[in-house]
Order: sequence, then C-alpha cells, then structure tokens
Amino acid sequence: MTERPAPGPTEAAAAAAEAAARGGYGKLVAFLAARSGDLAGAEDALADAFAAALAAWPRTGVPDSPEAWLLTAARRRLIDAARARARRSEAATRLRPLLEGLEAAGDGAALPDRRLALMLACAHPALDPALHAPLMLQAVLGLDAAMIGGVFLVSPAAMSKRLTRAKAKIREARVPFAEPEAEALPERLSPVLDAVYAAYAQGWSDPQGADPARRELAGEALFLARLVAGLAPASAEAQGLLALILHTLARRAARRDAQGRYAPLDAQDPACWDGAMIAEAETILRRAAGLRALGRYQLEAALQSAHADRRRFGRDTRAETVALYDALLAMTGSPVVAANRAMAVAELRGAQEGLALLEAAAQDPRLAAYQPAWAARAELLSRLGRRAEAAEACRRAAGLAADPAVRAFLMERLAALEAGG
Amino acid sequence: MQYMLMIYHEEAGWDRMTPAQQAEGMAAYQAYSEALAAAGALVGTGRLQPVATATTVRIEGEETRVLDGPYADTKEQFGGYYIVEAADLDAALDWAARCPGARHGGVEVRPLWAMG
Repeated sequence: MTERPAPGPTEAAAAAAEAAARGGYGKLVAFLAARSGDLAGAEDALADAFAAALAAWPRTGVPDSPEAWLLTAARRRLIDAARARARRSEAATRLRPLLEGLEAAGDGAALPDRRLALMLACAHPALDPALHAPLMLQAVLGLDAAMIGGVFLVSPAAMSKRLTRAKAKIREARVPFAEPEAEALPERLSPVLDAVYAAYAQGWSDPQGADPARRELAGEALFLARLVAGLAPASAEAQGLLALILHTLARRAARRDAQGRYAPLDAQDPACWDGAMIAEAETILRRAAGLRALGRYQLEAALQSAHADRRRFGRDTRAETVALYDALLAMTGSPVVAANRAMAVAELRGAQEGLALLEAAAQDPRLAAYQPAWAARAELLSRLGRRAEAAEACRRAAGLAADPAVRAFLMERLAALEAGG
Repeated sequence: MQYMLMIYHEEAGWDRMTPAQQAEGMAAYQAYSEALAAAGALVGTGRLQPVATATTVRIEGEETRVLDGPYADTKEQFGGYYIVEAADLDAALDWAARCPGARHGGVEVRPLWAMG
C-alpha cells in the first residue's frame, strides 16, 4: 500500500461535508421541511449551511457532529429567511407558527427521521403525479434539476420551474408533512411507492448503463425503496416493491452478453445474476407475504421470483406464473399485464391459445405502440408456423424498439424469419 | 389557515331535478353547513344565482366595458363557495370531499392569502 499524504484541512472538511451530505441530506431536509412546512426553504437553507461548512471547517476543524452543526446553521438561515418574509408581508400571523416550530427544535438534539413524512408530502395527491418522483429524488437525495430533467426527458429549465412551482404549492397550500394513522397508511403510501417505481423504471430504461445518470438512478431508486420499506415495515407493498427492484436489479448485468448484445431472460446465464440480491429479495418477499395484504408490487416480485426459480433450478413454474398474472390482471386491468399473461398461457397451454389471448389484449389501443407485445406476437406466430405474419409483427416490433440492442436483436430475428429459419 | 372551496356544477342539472330532488339537495347543503359550523370550521359561505344573471366589468384604458355574461363560458359553472378554517391541505380536502358539490360537480380548493 502506498503512503498517502494526510489530507489537508480543506480536503478533510470537504470530505466531512460530503459524508454528511450523503448520509444525512434527506434526513436534514425532512426534519427542517416538516418543522417549517417549507420544502424549498429547507433546501435553500441547507445549501447555504453546506457552503458555510466548507468555508468554516478548514479553519475550525470538522465538528464532532457535522449533522448537528449543519442543522443549526440551516435552522438559523431558515428562521432569518422567515423573519425577513414576515417583515415584508402583512402575513406575519401566518409565519408565527412556522418560526415557533423551528425555534422549538433543539440544537444538535438527536435528529428524528421524518423522511417518510417528506416522501408522503412529495407524493401528495394534490401534486401532479408526474412530479412525485422528481420531487422525491431532489428532496430526499439532493439530486439536481438538470440530472432529474435529463432522465425524465424534460429540459433542466422546465424541470426546475415545475419543481419550484410544486414546492411553492407545498408551502402556500400547506401540504402536510405527517405520517398517517396505521389504517390509512396503505392508501397514502401507494403514490409514494409508485413514484419510487417510476424513478426505478427511468433508471432501468438504459440497460447498457451507457448513461451514468440513469445507471445511478436505478441505484438511487433502490435506496429509496429500502428507505420506505424500512420506515414502513408494516406495509406489505413497500416490502413487495423492494423485493421487485432487488430481483430485477440482480439480473441487470446479464441483460447484455459479452459482445454487448441484448439477451432476453431465457438466453441469460443465471450464473451472471447477483445471488445475494436474489436471496435478499426472497427473504423480503416472504416477510411481505406474512403481512397478509397482497398487492401489485408483491405479485410482480413473485413473478420475478418464479422466473429466477425456473432459470436457476429448472423448476416448472408455468402454472404458477399464469395464476400470478391472473391475480395481477384482476388487480390492475392493465393491457400490458394482459399481453404478458397471454405469453404465460402460451407456455402452459400452447401458442394457439396464447395468440388468441394476445390478439384480444391487442384490441386495447394502448398496446398499438407497445414493442414487447409485437415481439410476443411474432414469437407465437412463428411457433405456429405462420412465418409471413410473424415477420410482419417482428418488423413492427423492431420499428418500435427504443433500445438499439433490442432493435438489433429483433432485426436478427426478422432476418431469420424471412430466410425461413 | 383558510381555504376557499369553490363549487363548480352544471346549472342545467339543477333545473332538470324534480322538486323533491331539489329539496333533498338543499337539505344536504344545509346539513353540510351545519356540520362545518359545529366543527368551528365555517368562516363564510354563499350560493350564487345562475350565470344568466352575471355581468363582467373590465376597464381598458379609459373605457369601462360592461359585458353581459360570466367571466368565462364553461361546461360547469361556479355556483357557490365555502371559506373554511383548516389546519392543513389534507383537512381542507377532507371538508371538500364531504361537500355535496363534490358529487354533482367539482370542488376547487385554494388557500387564501392571510391578511395581517
């Protein structure tokens, strides 16, 4: 091991600030926002506090509790800002409880974790659902608007404006930072889970991991899923979502072969899957089942679990898979689920029956531009020997593919079908 | 914190109702108002006459323009309001969901600026 010079005070301060930011950012924002009802103000005050820390710590040394130092600094800034606002506006009465709430918070006291309340506020039904995930990524993880805009295909300026507007609504309309009673939790938590899943799906949509922002996002979504599952241990669906994300992330590396070509599930080498992640997913899914409140995410996680079992241990999971899709379809009514169920039925009872179900599902106009449904159709038609129609469907699927590796895979299939293979 | 609950509904729908249904509707609003008052949440309320009675005034430059009709022609019309006192948006949304107007139209909830 090579000798490294001891870090100077500036590097040490920067490292301490960075560590506090990674570990405690969301906790600090949650605590300040829950106290003040002002998410944007809490973020601004904390940004100022981090800047102050980088200026002060090289001179004074890193404090024993960086988190407490940052909290105190941010609180002072938030109080100053609120006082300035109270002086400017005639609405001093409105700001008084806010100031009292902040002043009542003792300096450096053990920081209660209010991140669940923060996430519930970010995913409040009064806010545009499309902003739930971006708000959460910014408030809990401190990601910037440019990065969030990039993955949600919105310009940084537009994303920044939308986030600012949503935070103003949180403050002015007094969106609560509160954890609901146990019986209301499943309903209130549902948009939080959907937002975490949306963040995950955006990250997942770059399978090559070529876009570092997206690759990072899948990891951030896993962090959020772990956080919700930990903060709401009684929510079966929170556990289900975590199991689902772990199961699919475990297979991430195997989605491309050594040459970078797309590898569908059945062509992947299960030895390349992350066994520890799968084991963790299975444990969590069992815990979720013990809570006896079945939901969409648990069903999807159970489907992933069945896929893993089939490929890893050769277990026949066909009947179980159809039953899981039956339940999922009854719960969601989603045409995508109907299409997937048709493929599962084809495995269990033959391509003819599967195709009939797929064609029925394809009546839904939402499936017209859904690439996997066309690829599935091509597959079933080809199994039935209807090669010309299969080629036609395969061409449609290739035309709809957004991922170049998937497109290349489908073009190869198409060439084989046209060659009579 | 005060919120205004603005009730939008299709005026013609009221005219299509039988007198018995109308009486039932009035009774539902009466009960709602009383529940708000009993909870100490009622700040004010009012029911508007039909948009056919509306007049809109604008001053453009030096000219005062008075126009027959509502500010905007919409499928559903602004028909009445409640101003409620509520701790936060969730509490205000709970009141909005109990408002009879939420069933036969839509209730827009907006916080009021606090006045000095």
